[in-house]
Amino acid sequence: MKSSVIVFPGSNCDRDICVALEKMQFKNQKIWHKETSLPKSDLIVIPGGFSYGDYLRSGAIAGKSLIIREVIKAANAGCLVLGICNGFQILTETGLLKGTLLRNKNLKFINRDVNIKVTNNKTNFSSDYKLEQVLKINIAHNEGNYFTDKNNLEILKKENLIAFKYCDEKGNITEESNPNGAIENIAGIYNLKKNILGMMPHPERMIDKTISNTDGINLFSSLLNH
Amino acid sequence: MERQFQLNLKKSKLKFSVTVTLKKDVLDPQGKVVLNTLTNLGMTSLQNIRQGKFFEIDIETKDQLEGEKKVKEVCEKLLVNLIIEDYKINKL
Repeated sequence: MKSSVIVFPGSNCDRDICVALEKMQFKNQKIWHKETSLPKSDLIVIPGGFSYGDYLRSGAIAGKSLIIREVIKAANAGCLVLGICNGFQILTETGLLKGTLLRNKNLKFINRDVNIKVTNNKTNFSSDYKLEQVLKINIAHNEGNYFTDKNNLEILKKENLIAFKYCDEKGNITEESNPNGAIENIAGIYNLKKNILGMMPHPERMIDKTISNTDGINLFSSLLNH
Repeated sequence: MERQFQLNLKKSKLKFSVTVTLKKDVLDPQGKVVLNTLTNLGMTSLQNIRQGKFFEIDIETKDQLEGEKKVKEVCEKLLVNLIIEDYKINKL
């Protein structure tokens, strides 16, 4: 399976996602933001970081960059697209994913491992997880407070587009387990066709027992097996 | 002659400002913190503070309507996230 990782000035999780993809036997390459064409890929990943220094709004400048036009074309043609953290913010700025990410409710940059629950395991990104499985995944962001209007929230629920929700260790969705104030504890969402996933937690940081856990591996194995 | 040229140059540029603020029903935690801090400083009559962004834009045109149209385009293409933000355009 071929993957492309888009690299912007200010991306800082590109190396980690490349390590994860290569460990999982993806044929991976990095694509610089000034490129105007994308190699044929089965998966495009937009990594975390602070693209263009978070100027204007997180993801706003990257969302209008040269390479992103190609990403939008590929996504609309059905290519799998994964946006992690800043990648999620960028995907909402392009309009590929609905809603937006506001400043964390407590105004703090949060970097810690949180529990999230798999709320849909019938997609190309999640089929190797069990439904309602609780994962412990790292988050590291300042703007992770997912917000959308009532209309879209209804669509997200009706079409089963919510990928992950923040929860406690036992899987209960509570206010205390919501780190950033995201509406309905949403940590990640799909587009209608479910070929695009945006998520704030970092699965690429959870692939090695010696430094964390392996709760992120099944996301990549799901992609491989799809 | 040169003076006339400079005058013409001056005339062909219009200046606008854009103020971007979060929509009313979107929580503005930064505004809240600023309000709390000012209240702590004794300014107890303050009721509400909303934080926003301010841009100054020069446009090469003589026509104010055309200028405003361009600035609107600038706002909607990049400066403003219409899901959560409102904007106001002013001629300077």
